[in-house]
Amino acid sequence: MSAVDAGSVSRRIMCQTWRPDLETISHLNHTPLHALHLSLGARMVPFAGYEMPVQYPEGVLKEHLHTRAAAGLFDVSHMGQVIIRPKSGRIADAALALERLVPVDVLGLPEGRQRYALFTNAEGGILDDLMIANRGDHLFLVVNAACKEADVAHLKDGLGGSCNVTLLDDRALVALQGPRAEAVLCELWADVASMRFMDVAEADLHDVTCIISRSGYTGEDGFEISIPAASAVDVTQRLLEHPDALAIGLGARDSLRLEAGLCLYGNDIDTGTTPIEAALEWAIQKSRRAGGDRAGGFPGADRILAELARGTSRRRVGLRPEGRAPVRGGAALFADAGGTLPVGSVTSGGFGPSVDCPVAMGYVDAARAENGTPLFAEVRGKYLPVTVSALPFVKQTYKR
Amino acid sequence: MLKFTEEHEWLKVEDGVATVGITEHAAGQLGDLVFVELPEAGATFAKGDSAATVESVKAASDVYCPLDGEIIEVNQAIVDDPALVNSDPQGAAWFFKLKLADPRSADNLLDEAAYKELVG
Repeated sequence: MSAVDAGSVSRRIMCQTWRPDLETISHLNHTPLHALHLSLGARMVPFAGYEMPVQYPEGVLKEHLHTRAAAGLFDVSHMGQVIIRPKSGRIADAALALERLVPVDVLGLPEGRQRYALFTNAEGGILDDLMIANRGDHLFLVVNAACKEADVAHLKDGLGGSCNVTLLDDRALVALQGPRAEAVLCELWADVASMRFMDVAEADLHDVTCIISRSGYTGEDGFEISIPAASAVDVTQRLLEHPDALAIGLGARDSLRLEAGLCLYGNDIDTGTTPIEAALEWAIQKSRRAGGDRAGGFPGADRILAELARGTSRRRVGLRPEGRAPVRGGAALFADAGGTLPVGSVTSGGFGPSVDCPVAMGYVDAARAENGTPLFAEVRGKYLPVTVSALPFVKQTYKR
Repeated sequence: MLKFTEEHEWLKVEDGVATVGITEHAAGQLGDLVFVELPEAGATFAKGDSAATVESVKAASDVYCPLDGEIIEVNQAIVDDPALVNSDPQGAAWFFKLKLADPRSADNLLDEAAYKELVG
């Protein structure tokens, strides 16, 4: 595709999430799977400082549906993989140190288990969302690509006295998602069936030692596999050899997570939203809540625990547009069809290929947050009816 | 004979009326479409105005009016089945018929060879 061509196509796009910026493309990082993406015919775009596949020749719609019907393989090597190793050698010391940065029970996380978490700031806002795994003698974190440098600085600042914090730069990360993910991975590792949702294990895939978690970002059963960079292409190609596995780009990753009701950091959550406003209170275990063994003690605890007790003035909700027109992130929400009573805005929205209708999420005044509440979204000067709806939009199929 | 714009619309002009759609190249770049919004018959547009909207799973895009004129007919078939734009963009999936304000205004648009040169 010529530069002239790419420019005129991008001019057409009003709200494209991954608009190519040709001036910066030469400065972008590559993941260990970059050449494999090119050989598979991927369309590459800049994302969080990396050149990443937004889609392959199948296209976003078919890639999305394939993931829910069989198995999708995603390169998420741009994400940050971080090791926290306690200087004392006692994992409890690392867990307690990390608990000072997240409103999550890390101490109670058993070896071989993983948990969703949030870095909060002093105002109760969200600095990033992440996964924390207990790997026995260390904690293993996966953080968002765009936040990883800041997260590591934040961790070193908060934990540096008691732990060594290392951002791994020699590992790839691939996600294998969908109802056939277990069967695909089983070809390389027969014991995979013994894992349940949020288990973390080490396994040799084709003689390469990988760290595998049974988790993901699609609402489907699946796995995230951390692979030494030098073996990443080999292992990934082996997985893709299975007839049920297909490489899937960031475009479908976004529509899959939206249908699953999962937040995208920077869109649905950021430093201006608290965990309670974002309806993520399920991530705060009892031990960190008022009356718990280790209540509070994380940044913004005063505000977050007060919101847990008394609620917030706005809440993140699911939204179902009534017609066929997608309602995108940024659309303003109103209580009335004339657009005179603003009640919030959409943070993520698009078309859900599996539900075959538009889906969205956003923040609305608490008084309008009840499921079934009729609202109106402003799209190209019109006020389209939308209904506050339960998340997720698709049934989660985690193997618990 | 088909005419083309740099914004990836095609036009077939007969008796001062242009049938307008988006090119095969544009349809391929946009990916599978899930929603099409068309103007109403009787609406008038200036060249370059947004006359229609097409949406894929991940993005919304404008379709510009290629010349000054009045919409005299729209193709409901692509509203009912947006996938038709992907399967037959330069045939059954035309968008609208535009009565040209100046029937000669199409003469300056790109011909097929020039458009092919543009998109490589």
